[in-house]
Amino acid sequence: MHIFGEVLIGIGTAFLFLGGLGIFRLPDVYNRLQAGTKCTTLGAFSTILGVGFVHPNWMMKSIVIAVFILLTNPISAHALARASYKSGVKLWDKSVVDRCEEFEECQQMPKEEEG
Amino acid sequence: MTALWLLFLSLISAGIALCLIRAAAGPTTSDRVVGVDGTVTISIALMVLLASFFDRQIYLDVALVYAVLGFIGVLAIARYMERGV
Repeated sequence: MHIFGEVLIGIGTAFLFLGGLGIFRLPDVYNRLQAGTKCTTLGAFSTILGVGFVHPNWMMKSIVIAVFILLTNPISAHALARASYKSGVKLWDKSVVDRCEEFEECQQMPKEEEG
Repeated sequence: MTALWLLFLSLISAGIALCLIRAAAGPTTSDRVVGVDGTVTISIALMVLLASFFDRQIYLDVALVYAVLGFIGVLAIARYMERGV
């Protein structure tokens, strides 16, 4: 059980590092949100569950924290993406498709760049 | 054992450093908020790891409260960016 917990912590920390690298390297707000949210959610979930497996007395509290992160992280990322689109941040030049432009609600938005 | 934990802690610290660089250098406001959001989530995992490293269960409560506060803070900033106060 101890070894299994340490393997889970190793996977989680590797994913956390890759999430940080994605936030640093990718070209666009939306790409950064994608990399940051997915990698960071899985990494934190796996790390906290791994700590719960290393110390079996802490399992209940670790599950509470892990499920809370699993529920709230996508919500905050969705709110951030929606807010940054509505406040006029443009997509990257090489982005292929922008589905929101097909709706009337999105065509009335301000399109100027925000500093 | 200790070398393994040093590897974990250094990987997490490198992730936090990369997120903080993005939060300092991002061109728009959204980039900075994304960097801070990533920093918050990685810091929660770091707090749980430190609780396991120092063998103190009380640090898990700090991580839980920080998770709640980070979530509410990011939602408040997103709402402010979308339609003002």
